[in-house]
Amino acid sequence: MTVRVQTADFDVGREIALLRGGDKRVGAVASFIGTVRDVNDDATVSTLTLEHYPGMTEKALEAIVAEAKSRFEIYDVLVIHRVGALAPTDQIVLVVVTGAHRETAFDACRFLMDYLKTRAPFWKKEETPQGARWVDARASDDEAAARW
Amino acid sequence: MRDNAPATTLHIVYLARLREAFGTTEERLALTGAAPTTVADVVTLLRQRGGAYATELGAGRAVRAAVNHTMVAPDAVVRPGDELALFPPVTGG
Repeated sequence: MTVRVQTADFDVGREIALLRGGDKRVGAVASFIGTVRDVNDDATVSTLTLEHYPGMTEKALEAIVAEAKSRFEIYDVLVIHRVGALAPTDQIVLVVVTGAHRETAFDACRFLMDYLKTRAPFWKKEETPQGARWVDARASDDEAAARW
Repeated sequence: MRDNAPATTLHIVYLARLREAFGTTEERLALTGAAPTTVADVVTLLRQRGGAYATELGAGRAVRAAVNHTMVAPDAVVRPGDELALFPPVTGG
């Protein structure tokens, strides 16, 4: 299990190769990449700045990964979440799950993202032509997490 | 505890919108009285300062709390030496 919070970008291919690490049990690798959009709530977004709570954020991500490993038959998990100032098209988050079969790998990947959205301490602020604004939490994210 | 402050104070950390509105990342609050102090008690105390505290911690504003890096409910007890973080609902991913 690996959890990283960083300002630097990440290389998806390299990260997946490292996670697989030649594990011959692996028959499925599911991944999700979240990226910055140039529009949100009808406003143009030029910069998205992510803030976290050092210490707690890492601990929360580790707890979410531990929960996924207890619920799904998977082998390994990688979560990378960026913080700092990002621009449209930039990568924000990467979740990779390895397992024997696709069903559990897909499910665990969705579970991880749904939980991360509602339980990991990150906050987004976006720059728009009307000024900077904090992004509000969405009820739809709570509903997505409640499915599990 | 991250420094040598005596364990009679609560270390409060403000994040995201609250940090900006209050113009500070953290403060130390003296805990007095024999009765247990809860997160809700601290929020009420802060709200009584008025200004941005009354606005941001007022009715209808969603505020979440963590004690020593674990999410807690408003009725959680805080003790001297604890780190209480106050923040808006999270928006990661």
